Amino acid sequence: MQFMLLFSRQGKLRLQKWYVPLSDKEKKKITRELVQTVLARKPKMCSFLEWRDLKIVYKRYASLYFCCAIEDQDNELITLEIIHRYVELLDKYFGSVCELDIIFNFEKAYFILDEFLLGGEAQETSKKNVLKAIEQADLLQENLDFQIRLFPGVLGPNVSAESSGLFQS
Amino acid sequence: MALKIVKGSIDRMFDKNLQDLVRGIRNHKEDEAKYISTCIDEIKQELKQDNIAVKANAVCKLTYLQMLGYDVSWAAFNIVEVMSSSKFTYKRIGYLAASQCFHEGTDVIMLTTNQIRKDLSSPNQYDTGVALTGLSCFVTPDLARDLANDIMTLMSHTKPYIRKKAVLIMYKVFLKYPESLRPAFPRLKEKLEDPDPGVQSAAVNVICELARRNPKNYLSLAPLFFKLMTSSTNNWVLIKIIKLFGALTPLEPRLGKKLIEPLTNLIHSTSAMSLLYECVNTVIAVLISLSSGMPNHSASIQLCVQKLRILIEDSDQNLKYLGLLAMSKILKTHPKSVQSHKDLILQCLDDKDESIRLRALDLLYGMVSKKNLMEIVKKLMLHVDKAEGTTYRDELLTKIIDICSQSNYQYITNFEWYISILVELTRLEGTRHGHLIASQMLDVAIRVKAIRAFAVAQMAMLLDNAHLLTGNMQRNGICEVLYAAAWICGEFSEHLEDPNQTLEAMLRPKVATLPGHIQAVYVQNAAKLFATVLRKHEGATDSQAAQETSQLLVERLPLFVQSANLEVQERASCILQLVKYIQKLQQKDVEVAEEVSALFAGELNPVAPKAQKKVPVPEGLDLDAWINEPPSESESEDEKPKAVFAKEETKHSRPRHTEVDEKELARRREARKQEQANNPFYIKSSPSSQKVYQDAPGVEHIPVVQIDLSVPLKVPGMPMSDQYLKLEEERRQKEKAEKKKKEKKKKREKHGKGKKHDSGPESEEDITPAHHVDIVTEEMPENALPSDDDDKDPNDPHKALDIDLDKPLADTEKLPVRTHRSEPLKSPGEDGDVESVPQEPKKRSSKEKKEKKKDKDKDRKVCQLDFSVRRITDSNKNGCYLETKWVVYTHLWAVYDIQGNLQDGSQVVVSVIFENKSDSFLKSMEFNVLDSLNSKLQRPEGAGPHDGLVVPFQLPPGVSNEARFIFSVQSIVMPQKLKGTLTFIVKSEDSSTHEKLDFKLHFTCTSYLITTPCYSDAYAKLLESGDLKSSSLRLEGVNMPFHHLLARICFHHHFSVVERIDSCASMYSRSIQGHHVCLLVKTADQTVSIDAKCDEPSLLGNVLDEIKQTFSQC
Repeated sequence: MQFMLLFSRQGKLRLQKWYVPLSDKEKKKITRELVQTVLARKPKMCSFLEWRDLKIVYKRYASLYFCCAIEDQDNELITLEIIHRYVELLDKYFGSVCELDIIFNFEKAYFILDEFLLGGEAQETSKKNVLKAIEQADLLQENLDFQIRLFPGVLGPNVSAESSGLFQS
Repeated sequence: MALKIVKGSIDRMFDKNLQDLVRGIRNHKEDEAKYISTCIDEIKQELKQDNIAVKANAVCKLTYLQMLGYDVSWAAFNIVEVMSSSKFTYKRIGYLAASQCFHEGTDVIMLTTNQIRKDLSSPNQYDTGVALTGLSCFVTPDLARDLANDIMTLMSHTKPYIRKKAVLIMYKVFLKYPESLRPAFPRLKEKLEDPDPGVQSAAVNVICELARRNPKNYLSLAPLFFKLMTSSTNNWVLIKIIKLFGALTPLEPRLGKKLIEPLTNLIHSTSAMSLLYECVNTVIAVLISLSSGMPNHSASIQLCVQKLRILIEDSDQNLKYLGLLAMSKILKTHPKSVQSHKDLILQCLDDKDESIRLRALDLLYGMVSKKNLMEIVKKLMLHVDKAEGTTYRDELLTKIIDICSQSNYQYITNFEWYISILVELTRLEGTRHGHLIASQMLDVAIRVKAIRAFAVAQMAMLLDNAHLLTGNMQRNGICEVLYAAAWICGEFSEHLEDPNQTLEAMLRPKVATLPGHIQAVYVQNAAKLFATVLRKHEGATDSQAAQETSQLLVERLPLFVQSANLEVQERASCILQLVKYIQKLQQKDVEVAEEVSALFAGELNPVAPKAQKKVPVPEGLDLDAWINEPPSESESEDEKPKAVFAKEETKHSRPRHTEVDEKELARRREARKQEQANNPFYIKSSPSSQKVYQDAPGVEHIPVVQIDLSVPLKVPGMPMSDQYLKLEEERRQKEKAEKKKKEKKKKREKHGKGKKHDSGPESEEDITPAHHVDIVTEEMPENALPSDDDDKDPNDPHKALDIDLDKPLADTEKLPVRTHRSEPLKSPGEDGDVESVPQEPKKRSSKEKKEKKKDKDKDRKVCQLDFSVRRITDSNKNGCYLETKWVVYTHLWAVYDIQGNLQDGSQVVVSVIFENKSDSFLKSMEFNVLDSLNSKLQRPEGAGPHDGLVVPFQLPPGVSNEARFIFSVQSIVMPQKLKGTLTFIVKSEDSSTHEKLDFKLHFTCTSYLITTPCYSDAYAKLLESGDLKSSSLRLEGVNMPFHHLLARICFHHHFSVVERIDSCASMYSRSIQGHHVCLLVKTADQTVSIDAKCDEPSLLGNVLDEIKQTFSQC
C-alpha cells in the first residue's frame, strides 16, 4: 500500500498515512486531487478506480471516506478488507466510533493504524492482538489530559452528522 | 526543584491541549487561518520552555496542524527532542510527529540515529515498537545503513511483537540500502518458519514484495512456499504466496503446471472472494506463461471464466468490476473462452456505474472478430446516441475507432461500412475527438485504394453539408473532420463526380469562420480541384466552363487573402495570383491544364511512425565521436592561490568562468529561440488550432449564431451504416450457401477418405471481405532494425534490489556495525602517533595529566586516565570525532568520542562505550561531570546541577555498551577540560563493592571543527572578503613528506585540502558555530610554515597550538 487517507464528505482530511517518501507539496497535490475525484463519484459506483499508475480503493463509512492507494498487482478485495478491519478496530477501541472520535483523538487513530499496518503491509491480522498491543501501550502512557473524550452537544453545530457511528451508513 | 515542577504544571493548565486546538479551529470557521497562526505562535512559545510535557503537547498539536496542510518543518528539532524523552507517553508522540512530518530531506534525521538505536535496544518492547513504526516512515539511506544491523538483530528478538515489526521494516531498509539484502536474507528466510504466525506472515509479505520486483532471484524458494501454501490456512498469507507464484511462474513453466491443481482446488473450496480473485488471477498468469496447446488446461480456463461470470453477475459493483478486469486478462490468451460471454459483457454496457461500462468497453475491444465487428459496433452506436455526459460518449467514440482500427483494420471486411460509420460519428455534438475521426478518414482513404471513390463521394457530401457540422463550432471539435474531407476531395479529386460543386462548397464565405489550419487546407485543395476541373474541360469545346471556374476562384479567394491567419493568407494570395495568370492564358486559349496539374502530381505514401529511428547506422560511423576536437580548457584556470596569502602581492581576482558561461549560454539560448521563432521553416511546438482561431482579430468580432439542437443532426443523403450491416448479412448468407454447395460437392468427391470437416459455426477465415482491399502498408527503411522498446525505468528503486541471493555470503558482506574503533587504525602517516593501544595500557606515558586516585577504604584501585589524542574522521558523517580512552586496570574500559553537531552550534555529544573487562558484574553506573561556566552536562528535567546521570544499562562480564551524554557549550574558542566521576558497583559472586573513578573530558578546539569541503573560488572569495584575522606558525625539524603532513592535518584537525601546488597547499575547515578557518601550508627544508586566517582569533590561536602539539609529538 502506498498511502491511506481519511477524509470527510466535506473534503476535510482527517488522517493521512504515507508509506512512500514524497515531498509535502506532492502529498498535498495528491490529496487534493484524490479527494475531489472520490467525492465526485456516485454512491452506486464501485470502490475502485485507476489513478495515475495506481489503483485507488475507497469505501465510505457514514460521513467518512477511507481511501487507499495500491499498486497495479495488489489485490483490491484484500485492501477493502484492510479498510474494514481498521474501521472495526476503531469501533472496538472507541466503542461505536464516530468521526468526532477520530478528530479529537487523532493520535490514537494513528497508533491503532500503526499497530495494524507497518510500512504499508498488514502486520497483524488478528484484531485481538492489535487491540491488546494498543491497550498495553496505553497503560504505559500515563493518564494525562489526552484522554478527554468529548460528547456531542458540547460542540458547535453540524456535529450530529459526524457523530453518528461509522457503521450506521 | 519541587517548586519548578509545580510551576511547570501550573503553566500547563493555561496551555491549549490538542482538544482545545481542534475545538478552537472548529469554532473559528470564518477566520481559520488567522486563528491557526495565533495558535502556531503559542506553540512556538511552548516549545521554548524546558518542560518536556509542554513540548510534547505542542508537538502533538503541530502534528494535527501538519495534517491540515500547515508547514511545521521548522519544529523538526523539537520533534527530535520529544522523541528522545525517556517517558513513553512523549516518545510515542515524538515518533508519531516524526513519522508524519519527516522526509528524506529533513536534515535533523541524522541526529536521530543514536536515539533510535537506543530505543531499538530498549528493554521495553513498546519503546522498540514505536521506534520501528516511526522508522518505517522516515528511514533514509543513512539511517538504513547505520541501523540495518540493529534491526537484523531484532528479527531474532524473543518477543514476536518485535520480530514481526523488525521483519516488515527490513523491506524498507532493503529499498534504501540494497547492500543489506544479502547479509540479512538468510535470517529473513528463517522467519518463514517462525513459530509465530504473525512473524511468518510478515516474512512472507516481505519476500513476496521483493520477489515481485525481481522474481528470478527467488526461484529457489519455490518449494518452501509451495509447502507453506498447502499447509497455511491464513487467507492473508495465502494471497501473498499465490501472488508470489504469479510472479515466479513466467520464469519457470514447470512450477506453473504444479500449481494448477492446488489453485483450482482453492478456487473450488474457498468462500473468501479476495482469495478466489487472487487464485483466478494467478491461474491466468500461469496459463499465459504456459505455452498454448495444453488441452488439459482448458478445464481450468473454463473454471476461471465461470467463476468470473458469477462475479460479473453479482449485484456487488466491486465484484462486477473485478470480474471484468480479470476477464480482460484471459481475453489476451484465450479470446474464444471469453467471447462466449459476449451477452453478459454487452449487458454491462448498460450498467449505471461508468467505471464498469468502461471496463466492459475494454473487453469488447479484444472480443471483436471479423464476424461480429459490425454487430458490436452497431450496439455501440446505439449507446453513443443514448449516452449522457460527453466524457462517456467520447470514450465510446474512441473505443469504436480503436476497435475498428486495431491491428491494421484486421477485422474490417467492408470499408464502405467503416467510412459510413465515421461519417455518422461526425454527428456527435461537442466531442473532443474530431481530429481522431479525421485521421481515421485520412488513413483509410490513403491506404485503402479501393475505397477512394466511395470515400471521396462521402467527403464531398460532408463538405457540402459543412454548415450543419459547424453550427456551434466554438465548443465543437468536430469541424476537424472537414480538414480531412477537404484534403481527401482535393488529393483524390479524379474520383469526384462533380468537382465544380465541391469547389464551390469549399469557397463559401462561411468557410472563413473555420479554424485557420482548416481554411489553409481548404484553399490549397481548392487549387487542386481547380487543376482537376481544368483538365476535365481541356480539349472539350466549351472553354466557357473552365473560365467560369477561374472566375469563381478570382471572386472568392480575396476573402482568404484578407485572413488574419498567415498560412491561409499566404496560400490564398499565391493561388489567387496563379489563377489570375491562368485566366489570362485561358483568354488567349492556351492549354494550361497539364502544367497546373503538374503542381500537384505525385503520390503520397504512408511512412511508419518509427521509420527514421530504425534506419541502421552504417558501418564505420560513430555517432558519438567528435567531428572536431572540443576546444581545450583555458589554462589561466591554474593560477596559484598563493597570491591571496602573500601580503606583498596584489590580489588577483580570478575570472569566474562558470558564471560567465552560464550567462553567455542563457543569452545564446535566447538568441536561438528568437531565431527559431522568426524562421518559418523551423517547426514550432504548434499552438492549438483553437487558439489561433480565437487570436485572429478579423474573425473575433463576427457574431456567430449558435444553434443548439437537441436532436442529433442528420446529414441528408448519407448512407446509414445499418444498410451495410444488412447487405453484409445477406452477402454472407449467400456465400455460406454457396460454400455449402461446394462442400457438399467436395464431400461427395472425398467420400470414403473419412476426414470429417467441422461444419459448426463458421470460422474467422471463412469470411471473405466484400471487395478486395489492398491495405497499403507503411513504408520502412531498408534493413530496418527489429523493434527495441521497453526498457525498464532506470529510476525504479526496486532495480537496485536485483541481487543474487543464492550466492554464498562473502566475508566482506557484513552489515556495517558502527564501532568506536578500539584498534589502532593503519592508515599511512599515523603509525607514529597512535599510542593509545588498549592492550598495553602501562606503556602509555600520558602527555597530559595523569591522575592517581587512592581509594579510601579499599587498597587496590589505581586508575590511570589517558588523554592521548587519537582522532577518527569518518567521511560519511558530518560530525567529528575525538576519541579518547580511559583505562581502568581491572574493571572497566571506556572509550569516548566527542561529536560536534552541525545543526546546533551549542551542542556537543559525547558517546562513551563502557566495556567490562573483569569477571564481575558491573551495575548502577552513574556518570557525573562538574560543569564549568562554559560547558554543561545536559541533565534531565528536574535534576539538580550536581546530580549524576544514571547509565541506562548494566554490564555483565565481557560486555560493552554505549551511553550518550549531551553537553551544551557556549563558547568554542577555548579548549576545555571537565572533571568528572563515574561510580559503579562491582558485583562478584561473594561480594559487591562500590567503586569510584575520576576522569577528565578534554574538549579540544579541534573537536569543534568539522571537515567541510570548500571550492577554490569560494575559498578565494572568503579570503578576499577581508573579515578574517591572520596568524602564523613555524614548525622546525619536521621530517616527513609533504603529503603525509597534509594528511596528518586533515586527519587530526578536520581540515580539507582546497588546492595543492607543489610544496604549498591551502586548507579549509569550519567550526560548529560557523567560523571559517583557512590555512596556507608551505614547506621547505624541514621547516613548515603555516599562515592561517580565521574570523575568530582566539579559536585560531588554539587550533594552531593544537596543530603544533600534534607535530611536536612526532
